[in-house]
Amino acid sequence: MDYPRCAGIDIGSRSIELVVVEGSRVTESRQADTGYDPISQAKTILEGVSYDRIMATGYGRALFEIAFEAPTVTEIKAYAVGVRSVFPDAKTILDIGGQDSKAIALTEDGRVGKFEMNDRCAAGTGKFLEIMARSLGYGLSEFGREALKAAKPLQINSMCTVFAESEVTSLVAKGENRRDIAMGLHRSVVRRAVSMLKRVSAARPLVFAGGVALNPCMIKLLEEAMDSPVNVPEQPQMMGALGAALLACGAFGRP
Amino acid sequence: MSEEYRSMWKDLGLDLEAHDALLAALGQGYKDVFMTQENRPKGMEYFDFVVSQVHGLRVKELLDEKAAGRKVIGSFCVFVPEEIVRAADATLVGLCTGADFATEEVEKYLPRNTCALIKSAFGFKLGKVCPYIESADMIVGENTCDGKKKSYETLGKLVPNLYVMDLPQVKTAGGRELLRTEYLRFKTAVEDLTGVKIDAARLKKGIEIVNNKRKAIHRLAKLRKADPAAISGLDALLINQVFFYDDPVRFTNSVNRICDELEARIAKSEGVFPKGAPRVLLSGCPMAVPNWKLPWIIETSGAVIVGEESCVGERGTRNLTEPKGETVDDLMDAIVERHFKVDCAIFTPNPDRIAHVKEMAGDYKADGVIHYSLQFCQPYIMESIPVEKELESARIPTLRIETDYGSEDAGQLKTRIQAFIEMIGSK
Ligand code: SF4
Ligand code: SF4
Repeated sequence: MDYPRCAGIDIGSRSIELVVVEGSRVTESRQADTGYDPISQAKTILEGVSYDRIMATGYGRALFEIAFEAPTVTEIKAYAVGVRSVFPDAKTILDIGGQDSKAIALTEDGRVGKFEMNDRCAAGTGKFLEIMARSLGYGLSEFGREALKAAKPLQINSMCTVFAESEVTSLVAKGENRRDIAMGLHRSVVRRAVSMLKRVSAARPLVFAGGVALNPCMIKLLEEAMDSPVNVPEQPQMMGALGAALLACGAFGRP
Repeated sequence: MSEEYRSMWKDLGLDLEAHDALLAALGQGYKDVFMTQENRPKGMEYFDFVVSQVHGLRVKELLDEKAAGRKVIGSFCVFVPEEIVRAADATLVGLCTGADFATEEVEKYLPRNTCALIKSAFGFKLGKVCPYIESADMIVGENTCDGKKKSYETLGKLVPNLYVMDLPQVKTAGGRELLRTEYLRFKTAVEDLTGVKIDAARLKKGIEIVNNKRKAIHRLAKLRKADPAAISGLDALLINQVFFYDDPVRFTNSVNRICDELEARIAKSEGVFPKGAPRVLLSGCPMAVPNWKLPWIIETSGAVIVGEESCVGERGTRNLTEPKGETVDDLMDAIVERHFKVDCAIFTPNPDRIAHVKEMAGDYKADGVIHYSLQFCQPYIMESIPVEKELESARIPTLRIETDYGSEDAGQLKTRIQAFIEMIGSK
């Protein structure tokens, strides 16, 4: 039997992800920066991709809806669907992306039961980690690995990006070890995520998704804080696009 | 706008340039939010007209009444009893507090972390753009939340005619006694202002006029139980907003007229949203004109609002004043009795409100409740957590929103609200 080719596109504030599925098989997956012009970036990423249906999610979904006359779904539902297709037993999702973080509780049958989103500022998001990595002179991909090597982790008190940055600067000036500072920063992001998670759900299995789930230090700290194993999809940043693609196929409830 | 109105505004001391800008923004907002809705009931034309004339014809009417010797009283809270005002042939108008204005000027008088509603009241005064504040013979402030209470100390220096009413914060016999004392004091103040002696017959008449207005609103509320919804939540909210400044008798007739139309629609199963559209109950802070942001996001995301547990809504309008008794004392008691039931979050404890939210969710067959608090509004933000807990234990999905009058958070709000609607719509 021939399956329709269904695409999902997740237009986030930092990056755009595209996934195409046929049946339950992923046949294409791409990623690009959002840049200043999300729609032309979306067009670029779609070049040469063939699909029968497409659904958009993420911050830019409304723009896409107008430009492509495509249906849309929120990131929250898209992540729920994407994650459940990889971890069918998942009960709770933590999604930390470029500019927001979300905790989602799933019902027995995989629907969104309750969710929370962080409010209005970059604190506790990928953006926060990115800025802190930069002010410590780390590349984003080495930031977590280096933090894991900390010998005496420091306590960072400010959650606000602006204050945390100046706290970091003064710690560096005091001659503190960069790795110890890095660990302190990771801990502060995890603290915030955990309090949001605990408000939403205590059910397990827990899945960690979104771009920040690529960071090994975040995973380790999350496991420690939640005192339970944390499942991370192979491509955690693609879960929204995957969910949208599956929803485009109508595989999981009404779009 | 005709020249006649311009000179009227000028005589009232408005800042014409700022006022033009306000009217232009209001007009555009109204067009975007209300006129883009499809298949609106015809009876909404009246309310569209009232809004279009909110600074024009309606103000002229009030000025004509003043010229004929009647008084205008402005208020910020549903605890100010309209019955007493009516009994003295005066008119009560709710003052608009639903938009930011002259914020920089306002922040010279109020701390930044004051709720948008209070700031708005100051902004309209300081920006000289509200014909109602300028034409009011008396402005009533009430000791409700700390923000209002303390801000009236400052407002009293900006307007010449502020009257402050004390209010209880507990529902005890002592609390009721305080309300009674204050309503009697208010009655005397209204008598002094108007020169009218309020007797039993006048009070009865006042009660009847205001009760009729409430009854019409109750009728409208009941019709919102239908699925498909015969009227949008935005339009129903607008009617509840107009409640505060239109002529009461004309308003009552217009609401009844639209209710006739809605009944006919319901009989034909005709609606403004498809049958089965997710149904949302709004609960929380009052939404004053032109604060339409949240309902607009909700209804353009595919859900219909079926009720407002709010002072611009059912909390403000729900009980009638029992017109029982023949003496002024009895009738004043009845007015106290009715208003003492208002379950504003400034009361502690305030279990009636939580019970009412739950009851409304059931009555209007809501699939979920969106709890709306203005940023920095301690009473309602505090209550939002127990409200959410209670609703969730009754398996009613709840979303807590904290926002203000700005549009910076519109994207975030949209995502949260749309996700909530996806959630309650997929049951
Ligand atoms: S919420 Fe409370 S203070 Fe505000 S109008 Fe209602 S009763 Fe008055
Ligand atoms: S919204 Fe809250 S803080 Fe603002 S005036 Fe009303 S009760 Fe007070």
